[in-house]
Amino acid sequence: MMTTTLNETSTLVYERPHSLAACNTNYCPGCTHGVAHRLLAEAIDELGLRERTILVAPVGCSVFAYKYFNMDGCEAAHGRAPAMATGIKRVQPDKMVITYQGDGDLASIGMAEIVHAAARGENITTIFVNNAIYGMTGGQMAPTSLPGQKTTSSPFGRDTILTGYPVRMSELLSTLDGAAYIVRRSLHDIANIRKAKKAILTALKVQMNGMGFSMVELLSSCPTNWGLEPVEALHWIEHNMIPAFPLGDYKVIAEVRSL
Amino acid sequence: MAKEMLKGNIAIAEAAVRAGVEAYFGYPITPQTELLEHMSKRMIELQRVFLQAESEVAAINMVYGAACTGVRVMTSSSSPGFSLMQEGLSYIAGSDLPCVVVDVMRGGPGLGNILPSQGDYFQITRSAGHGDYHPIVLAPSSVQEAIDLTTLAFDLADQYRHIVIVAADGLIGQMMEPAELPPMQSVRTNRPDWALTGADGRQPNSIASFYLKAEEEEAFNQKIQNRLHEIRDAEQRFVEYYTDDCELLVVGYGSAGRIALSAVQTARDNGIKVGLFRPLTLWPFPEKRLSELTDMIGACLVVEMSAGQMIEDVRLATGGQIPVGFYGRMGGVIPMPDEILQAITTHCRQLKHGEGAFTPLERVNS
Repeated sequence: MMTTTLNETSTLVYERPHSLAACNTNYCPGCTHGVAHRLLAEAIDELGLRERTILVAPVGCSVFAYKYFNMDGCEAAHGRAPAMATGIKRVQPDKMVITYQGDGDLASIGMAEIVHAAARGENITTIFVNNAIYGMTGGQMAPTSLPGQKTTSSPFGRDTILTGYPVRMSELLSTLDGAAYIVRRSLHDIANIRKAKKAILTALKVQMNGMGFSMVELLSSCPTNWGLEPVEALHWIEHNMIPAFPLGDYKVIAEVRSL
Repeated sequence: MAKEMLKGNIAIAEAAVRAGVEAYFGYPITPQTELLEHMSKRMIELQRVFLQAESEVAAINMVYGAACTGVRVMTSSSSPGFSLMQEGLSYIAGSDLPCVVVDVMRGGPGLGNILPSQGDYFQITRSAGHGDYHPIVLAPSSVQEAIDLTTLAFDLADQYRHIVIVAADGLIGQMMEPAELPPMQSVRTNRPDWALTGADGRQPNSIASFYLKAEEEEAFNQKIQNRLHEIRDAEQRFVEYYTDDCELLVVGYGSAGRIALSAVQTARDNGIKVGLFRPLTLWPFPEKRLSELTDMIGACLVVEMSAGQMIEDVRLATGGQIPVGFYGRMGGVIPMPDEILQAITTHCRQLKHGEGAFTPLERVNS
């Protein structure tokens, strides 16, 4: 752990959250996974939850998330994080259980597990990082890839006649009675990052209060596989992803509003 | 405890409850559904965890999660459902976690049917998922043995931090017979030091089956192999009958082994020197004892409710020193004692023709 020495005239304004491990990550420059990790870690710190939180990492770029957070964690089979989290939570209902999943993991191979975890009102929190592409395997078409989006497995652009349309998970899950809090936020600028942090805090409070399933979808960048500079990638979120995945609160039950 | 009439599936479920299982996750599938139904009542009564999952895929991954917390956890299924669980089982093996899985085998391949079969031997014993490992596999031939082996399964799982599979078949699962349940064990309250219980006052624990560097993955695999060697040395279990003076040794497990015993007893009454070797552990296969017996017998006759899967282990254990014949029924057909008796008689007649004249019968069924 890094130690910071302050002299009498300096003021500490920024430091690594205690819930983040002091290690390098495998994320590419400009990728917003790092921002998402930090927001989650800050929220866990602020609520004092680190010592009773168990993080379930997915298969995808965030496969090592269980190493990047300074707390108990495990690594699920591809798409199965909500089922694994269910097993952990059911035997330890007093613990906080969080899944951190990408769009291939959650919206494709893990569709059944996330839908049923939400339908059961499983008292877990999911951080859903949607960057419209499979990052870890090198930029293939994802269930959330946009129509016309060029990927390594849709080299001519996603053809909706052949491969259908992007899946909007927040909208889909919001129809389920077990879902207590489902919102979509974006990580493309400061104002939206602040809103994302607030949503993560709310989602964790939903779980702390046993209110049911909570999920924060975060629109995230993948400069490497989108073939864009980091700043261009942030613009791409704003101009291409948000129109397809509108930001907003898709399910907020009355009890959550009073938190 | 007194004996009572118990259905196999319910006996297994209740034995697990009494072994202190804290969490059960499952999905309905015939012929094991009564097991899940019993759990749905008993686990809730006892304020333990019961959850009907959305699929076998989810069920085994819920088991994976619960196993991470250090509790006794189980699931149960039947052949097509077991196939679906292989992914999760491989992750559990790759994470060094204990759990118990019951497979009440049915006819296959594909949807097959709901009748008793032993067609899962390969998929259960050879690995039950991708990668280099074997689960421990226990094979009951009666309701009483199903109870006893389920109790043992939890102890072995904990002792070795390993997957233990109770491989029953539809016959064991569905039949009723008198059996005695063990007393109730209390649920453990302590958790192992590796469990995911929250990093409160200690360094964080992590559980994963992920090693990017080849050398690290190889080192982890070596650890699994070392444990498998230890299990292979210590846990080979079997029952043998009439092996003192037998010329032909019938080898069968589970229901097939039990039916074969009837045929062997009749053959003995007819003066035929035949014995029975019934493995209780399918992995580790009881190769040491079978290898010893090889020096004392003229031939083996393997009886299975499959096209012949365990026969490969019998051939390995007997090392090509004696002929190994086979009698099997497939697709949910249960071999009758008189069919097996006929196979025994035929094999013994061929044995008497002297060395070299023996032709193992691959198929004797009409």
